[in-house]
Amino acid sequence: MKGLITVFRKEVRENIRDRRALFNSLLLGPLLFPLLFVGMMWFLESAEKERAEKTLELPVIGAEYAPSLIRFLEQQGAKIQPEPENPEEMVRSQEVPVVIRILPEFPEKWNEGLPAPIEVISDPSRQESNAPIRRVKGLLYGYGQQIGSLRLQLRGVSPQLASPIMIKDVDLSTAKSRAILAVIFLPYVLMITAFTGATHLAMDTTAGEKERKSLEPLLINPVPRWQIMTGKMLTTTVFAMASLALTLVSFRIVLPYMPVGAFGMDLTLGLGTLLKILLTVSPVAILAAALLTLLASFAKSYREAQSYMGLVILIPMIPSLIFMANPIKAETWMMNIPLFSQNLLIGEIIRGETVALGWYGMSIASTLAIGLVLAVLAANLYNRPKLIFSSS
Amino acid sequence: MIVVRNLHKAFGDVKAVNGVTFEARDGEITGLLGPNGAGKTTTLRMLYSLLPPDQGEIRIDGLDPTRDAMEIKRTLGVVPDSRGLYSRLTARENIAYYGELHGMREAAISARIENLTATLDMADFIDRRTEGFSQGQRVKVAIARAMVHEPQTVLMDEPSNGLDVMSTRALRHYIRSLRDAGHSVVLSTHIMQEVAALCDRIVIIAKGEVAANGTAEELLERSGCDSLEDAFVKLIGSEEGLLA
Repeated sequence: MKGLITVFRKEVRENIRDRRALFNSLLLGPLLFPLLFVGMMWFLESAEKERAEKTLELPVIGAEYAPSLIRFLEQQGAKIQPEPENPEEMVRSQEVPVVIRILPEFPEKWNEGLPAPIEVISDPSRQESNAPIRRVKGLLYGYGQQIGSLRLQLRGVSPQLASPIMIKDVDLSTAKSRAILAVIFLPYVLMITAFTGATHLAMDTTAGEKERKSLEPLLINPVPRWQIMTGKMLTTTVFAMASLALTLVSFRIVLPYMPVGAFGMDLTLGLGTLLKILLTVSPVAILAAALLTLLASFAKSYREAQSYMGLVILIPMIPSLIFMANPIKAETWMMNIPLFSQNLLIGEIIRGETVALGWYGMSIASTLAIGLVLAVLAANLYNRPKLIFSSS
Repeated sequence: MIVVRNLHKAFGDVKAVNGVTFEARDGEITGLLGPNGAGKTTTLRMLYSLLPPDQGEIRIDGLDPTRDAMEIKRTLGVVPDSRGLYSRLTARENIAYYGELHGMREAAISARIENLTATLDMADFIDRRTEGFSQGQRVKVAIARAMVHEPQTVLMDEPSNGLDVMSTRALRHYIRSLRDAGHSVVLSTHIMQEVAALCDRIVIIAKGEVAANGTAEELLERSGCDSLEDAFVKLIGSEEGLLA
């Protein structure tokens, strides 16, 4: 085992001096993702706020058919715009998000006490017009309710008769369980970080060593090859874990700068939670290190290895993407699936649920088992002379 | 002492080494001479147990590389064709890494590095990172790390490749000093002058086979030529690759 430790120490020393390794493992993931997250939240929040607070500029066609409705809209703060020439075209070209058209039969129907038609012209497939559409419809609905009640009262009927049921919201979600975005985003980021943290090291210690022509002389030393490879994988694992730990710490630091209400109320990530999450994702670092080392060992050069890595980085994304498209309830058997189980577990931890110890055990054991199988394969790869000399 | 008998190695259809037999004694410099692609590097790789032979027998001080690989690696000092150094480590750290891999103690390693620094004249750059080293400096570090554990048998693949005149002179001087200290030195080269200047015993390899084997005088005698150059050409049967 002495050889293994020697290789490990040398790789750590060498890579700590490597700006590329430090940047990729210890800076990129831990800094970029949390900042991206905060930035995204602020952007969403401010865009939403801006749309909600902006005066509603509403072009109306046929305003003369419903003067009292127009007055109502103006009282509610809408700014009525003159009749546009081609309302459909205006909406299509995004000049305005929504236009209403009061049809000529409106006064007639109104006076007869029949539903009077109003068209709301909009394109709901455009995300940014959703807020104004909601506002316009809400105003129209409110006006309708108001007039409806008045009409009933005029005929001596209690308006309550028209509301046979009353819906009350009883909200059982806690502040933490509302943190949907964090529940999806944090596991996703951590899975990717485990892989990005390992990528450079896995490539540099194998394909890189081959490319620099230092692999052949290294293997002439009286140290079993599995020890040399394991020493390298150990270094890669340590860098990946450092990357994960730093990412978590960095999330912890940026959380207070999140816009209020982004997650409900308090998602603080206390020390205990951080440690639980780190424990949950650590086996992924081993899995990533083994898998990436295995693949990079086949490459003749750093560049060739890089071309494989683009595809590999998709692997940690798959469970998160499934989870995003189809949020499912965590069940025991799912804990046997590496990457997927971590996604579910981190979700549970953030939501503040108590997670059964058995679930942690299964997730860690299944991920470690696959990681170790890959590690054994990778450790014995350089017993094949073809792979050692493929660069020369 | 190295004994090689009837060594064979093929890569697919290509017979890289096809029945090579020779001996390399202690206190002698043995040169494997042959054109590029003659099978010299493959032969050396089988000696230092990185490639298993298809057929044939190798004994290095009585040990068999296919069975006693770890033991053999402890007694061998190898400067292979690939001499990549770790550019983010200093020359001293590069050499010490190999000492540690050989299981040497720290004190022994630093004493040995002092010794090698003096012998190979590396004092100017021993504590510099190897990034940007000249070819000559690289070869010196590669030799030093191969010799850190004081091996009895030394294998060098084209050691003077890419060296200038002064570095080559220093290298030859060092190799002779190894021989005088009783080591068995085997080096491969495609440069005739190198063999003539350095080697006690010459093994001419062409197309994976030994074309001739003996001291310089014996080769002259056998070929009936006046100069070594003519003798090589005659023994190999072509001039290919022999003109340095």
